[in-house]
Amino acid sequence: MTTIAHSAATASAVPLRSRSRHRSRRVVTHAVIIVTGLAMVYPLIWMVASSFKPEKLIFTEPGLWSSTWTLQNYVDGWNQIGLPFGLFLLNSLIISVACVIGNLFSCTLAAYAFARLRFRGSGTMFAFMLATIMLPFQVILVPQYIMFQTIGWTNTFLPLIVPKFLGVDAFFVFLMVQFIRGIPRQLDEAATVDGCGTIQIFWRVILPLMRPALAVTAVFTFIWTWNDFLTPLLYLTDQEKFTAPVALNAFIDSTGVTSYGPMFAMAILSLIPLFVVFLVAQRQLVQGIATTGLK
Amino acid sequence: MTIHKAQGVLVRPSTRAAGKERTRRHRGQRSAYLFLTPWMGGALLVTIGPMLASLILSFTNYNLLGTPQFIGAQNYVQMFTADPRFWHASFVTFEYVLIGVPLQLALALAIAMLLNRGLRGMSFYRSFYYLPSLLGSSVAVALLWRQIFGADGLVNQALGIFGLQHLPNWVADPTWSLGTLVALHVWAFGSPMVIFLAGLRQVPTELYEAASVDGAGAWRRFISITIPMISPVVFFNLILQMISAFQTFTQAYVVSGGTGGPVDSTLFFSLYLYQRAFTDFDMGYASAMAWVLLIVIGLFTWLAFATSRRWVFYEGERQ
Repeated sequence: MTTIAHSAATASAVPLRSRSRHRSRRVVTHAVIIVTGLAMVYPLIWMVASSFKPEKLIFTEPGLWSSTWTLQNYVDGWNQIGLPFGLFLLNSLIISVACVIGNLFSCTLAAYAFARLRFRGSGTMFAFMLATIMLPFQVILVPQYIMFQTIGWTNTFLPLIVPKFLGVDAFFVFLMVQFIRGIPRQLDEAATVDGCGTIQIFWRVILPLMRPALAVTAVFTFIWTWNDFLTPLLYLTDQEKFTAPVALNAFIDSTGVTSYGPMFAMAILSLIPLFVVFLVAQRQLVQGIATTGLK
Repeated sequence: MTIHKAQGVLVRPSTRAAGKERTRRHRGQRSAYLFLTPWMGGALLVTIGPMLASLILSFTNYNLLGTPQFIGAQNYVQMFTADPRFWHASFVTFEYVLIGVPLQLALALAIAMLLNRGLRGMSFYRSFYYLPSLLGSSVAVALLWRQIFGADGLVNQALGIFGLQHLPNWVADPTWSLGTLVALHVWAFGSPMVIFLAGLRQVPTELYEAASVDGAGAWRRFISITIPMISPVVFFNLILQMISAFQTFTQAYVVSGGTGGPVDSTLFFSLYLYQRAFTDFDMGYASAMAWVLLIVIGLFTWLAFATSRRWVFYEGERQ
């Protein structure tokens, strides 16, 4: 109400020309943002359009529109590298969900201890945890591989999943520590007075209040695991164990001359889960990045 | 919230209270370690252990079969004196970091400023621009990139509209191939943009108004107000993007089909390390490379922190 009154007041005070200049500037800004944005996502839209075109039309009719539409690429792509692509998507899903559970389990426990409990060596351990955030994965890649190979875990999902149950994503531990520090200590004290031990405080007080941090962790773990290429490439050797990204990569290797249509079709299928997570969890994503700088 | 109902706590004589306090703290310590068990297990088995192992391996010759042979600093000596591919991979990576990171941050800041004009639909635009950075590290997009910058790809078709002919196959041309990966890095500018946007919103508008009254133009306001005010955010983004750019692997692997080609023009440090370890099974050499990478990243991070006093301003520190 007040804004309308206000703008009406300024409207009468400000000369008409300057007002319309203001508005046209705003329209220009919107236009620039929209055009830039469309240019940026154009390749993605183009890939979607191409996946519904007959293979030979992808390059002869390079625009978005096509004279004939077809689902053939999806049919061909589904079985192109031997096993149905659904299997690879399923593998990716199993691994991603397991990693989400692992991170939620291990990172919350560690974060609670760091944020609330007093124990010997807490300072050193916390500093070490922070340092591992910056540790390049290459440093531990080779010995980890040797270790997992020695215990016979290569060509299973275990090397991908088990580390997450051991809290190796220090990023999330840190994120949760910061979050728990924001929860008033009076709640813990009140619970102590009521006879709760540390475990009960964690389970009944802290954990229910940590939902936003848990959501950010879950969303990013899922996306990172889904996109991860190096680890599954390294550990999964049988085709039936492949994740979607590794299987996609095999499209180039297997055919030599790449057939783009089926590859695009399967690439899009592999992006759909990310897209769904993006739509559902936009707010968590944006907040997660703004507060912690995650990717 | 569900908190168990109390059994009342009685006031006790002080000595007993102290004793109880002690046992409670003791119990607290025990449960702390209980909570930390998974993390400590991971730190020992998955981080510290492998780190030490890779340091030791870097002084050995080991091909996964047999036992590692101690060869002193030979891996490091060979790397620096007798391995042109090592130097090449280092230069490729430096070039990528030194060009890609500033370009990406500049674009991210530009778009963030565009979005920070109090427009309607800002949060929609923000999500829209963020999307590519979510997909940027996926194999699917890397494959798309191969096509876009191919001989008859989207880029050449777009340039063809302007009458340009005899365009290169960007991905297969050693002059341009690294550029296509830089473009991919820049394209995924969404996450630094979101961080910039959060920083820009903290800048008080009164500062701009005051500067305008004093006759400062848009450029002057940008240099004298925006940049200093968001310098902590610039610093944060710089550190983060730099560290991850040094470790780039997936995009280079997929776009070059695992070779780092054409003619090693996209042989990133991580890709070469991967080849040495898992194609040549030269585990000692790969470990030595990993430690060099760790030290280089550490050095650059230290450099950024050391120079930050001169150009990063924190609100609380101003006199």
